[in-house]
Amino acid sequence: MSFSVTEPSKRSKWFAGTMVILYALITMVPLVWIMLTGFKSPSDAISYPPKVLFEPTLEGYVNLFTTRTRQTDDFLAANPPQTWYDEIVREYDMVIAGPSKFGERFLNSVIIGFGSTFLSIVLGTLAAYAFSRFKIPLADDLLFFILSTRMMPPIAVAIPIFLMYRQLGLSDTHLGMILLYTAVNISLAVWLLKGFIDEIPREYEEAALIDGYTRFQAFYKVVLPQAATGIASTAIFCLIFAWNEYAFAVLLTSGTAQTAPPFIPTIIGVGGLDWPAVAAGATIFLLPVMIFTILLRKHLLRGITFGAVRK
Amino acid sequence: MAEVILKNLSKSYGDQVGIADVSLTIPDGSFVVLLGPTGAGKTTTLRLISGLDKADQGEVWIGGRQVDNEMPAQRDVAMVFQQYSLYPHLTVRENLAFPLKSPVLKTSPDEIERKVNDVASVLQISHKLDNKATALSGGEMQRVSIGRALVRDPAIFLMDEPLSSLDAKLRTDLRVELKRIHASLGATLLYVTHDQIEAMTMATHIGVLDHGRLAQFGSPRDIYENPNSLYVAGRLGQPRINILPADLFGGMPQGTTQIGMRPEHITQGEGVEAQVQRVEHLGDQNRLHLNLQGHDVITIADPATDYEPGAVLKIAPNNPLCFDATGARIR
Repeated sequence: MSFSVTEPSKRSKWFAGTMVILYALITMVPLVWIMLTGFKSPSDAISYPPKVLFEPTLEGYVNLFTTRTRQTDDFLAANPPQTWYDEIVREYDMVIAGPSKFGERFLNSVIIGFGSTFLSIVLGTLAAYAFSRFKIPLADDLLFFILSTRMMPPIAVAIPIFLMYRQLGLSDTHLGMILLYTAVNISLAVWLLKGFIDEIPREYEEAALIDGYTRFQAFYKVVLPQAATGIASTAIFCLIFAWNEYAFAVLLTSGTAQTAPPFIPTIIGVGGLDWPAVAAGATIFLLPVMIFTILLRKHLLRGITFGAVRK
Repeated sequence: MAEVILKNLSKSYGDQVGIADVSLTIPDGSFVVLLGPTGAGKTTTLRLISGLDKADQGEVWIGGRQVDNEMPAQRDVAMVFQQYSLYPHLTVRENLAFPLKSPVLKTSPDEIERKVNDVASVLQISHKLDNKATALSGGEMQRVSIGRALVRDPAIFLMDEPLSSLDAKLRTDLRVELKRIHASLGATLLYVTHDQIEAMTMATHIGVLDHGRLAQFGSPRDIYENPNSLYVAGRLGQPRINILPADLFGGMPQGTTQIGMRPEHITQGEGVEAQVQRVEHLGDQNRLHLNLQGHDVITIADPATDYEPGAVLKIAPNNPLCFDATGARIR
């Protein structure tokens, strides 16, 4: 970087590199463990001492995506397995009865997670811009009030929300969950984005106003591109919360709008402790947030160190 | 191009007076320079004309149209900001094209291409057109920001110390260039500076601001030769005008408490004795720093003279400017 005054020595670089790699390895152990478990057989998954080397199988993934029934020997003999996944379940004298609900639940998570993130960012950016640029009476109090919604665990208001949602017909709907997660995330979004927008000098908008643009066009063409870093990192925080939220999802959804987090534990109950299927579900569940974060990684790095990097 | 009229314009920021009761007519095609120290209200005046700020009182007329309720975009003004204000996420080319692409102007792509290239060549930034705006030196940024105004054909150009961050050579070049643009386009310019060379060389009219009030408005020559207050007299002239108590020489009009003598308005060889402190040889002239009964006086002498420090020299005022106790001119 151009602002570095002294180049770190070779040894301190080597030391820093080692520390980072060590830390990365430690934090990755649980993730790797889950991913490995997804490819184990149920008996390997619970063996003690734990097996690091094992014969991989897709059993967990097959069990995750299907529902299975046990059949009589006659039936099994009359219906030879058609596909590789039929063969896997046949080892346990079972046949595949149909797809499981995991696909639907996963899709619900995508709709609700990304939907609420989008809504939080849109509302958060507009509110943050207003707080940053306009003279709003009691602005500081309003900002504090917005933040105060985060000062208790959201689940503390679960019962009022449960009753309210039942009255309004929002229980177990996508809209209901999107609104709920947006309401929780918006305080974070407003505060984070206000910080970023405060850092963008007003002169750019003033220049755009004089160059023939309206205030909204100036916001859209000049402020938004420069706030991209902040928007990206805020979006990641919002998505991670909405994606992983468990308590409200258990309480408010049961069927049509159920997300993946409350669904995955229910796998445990189906036909014994099927840890590989749970691990497979968790692995797939990780992917969207991981991809989203990797896509926005460049912005995220700059975003987390904001203030130091601008200009 | 248009005439701009300010009528009794006032603006305060909290307790801070921006400008107070300023009335000013900027004739069509003129090059008006606003002079004044920091905080005199120069930038405030530009912001009120551009519409970035709303006046507390008074009216702004551009081209015969009262614009007080119009957005900056509707007022058809171009402004060069002191802090460049280039759009950092755009390239130089996109920065220059930005005003042309606005919904107000809606220029065709060919036209944009042509205008951007023209302006870039005038400002010597053609080779940097595809650079990010943030990857330029200060001087280049300032030229791009001037260019962003010049691509347009607005009612008035507002310029807020546009040359302040340039090196001396570039400043001189651009001064000539701005003057040429003014002459060839017949553009109306309102230009803020505290550099008196810029003011004297470019302006058709100079307005001197003092704590938000317009102290004097007139031609550069008028302001220099006929200032109507001590304050205005002190704004122009390099070296500065010598201000001395009136009784040093005597024979001044009734009520005079102070007199102002420009360095070139001092006759040598007669009058009161002064001691030479320091001599500066500038090549075309010698600058003498004198001590006149405890007061510092600067005057100029022929380059052939060879005064040494400590020498004694008689001086007398030649057409001094007389001021009363409040600093107002006595004619």
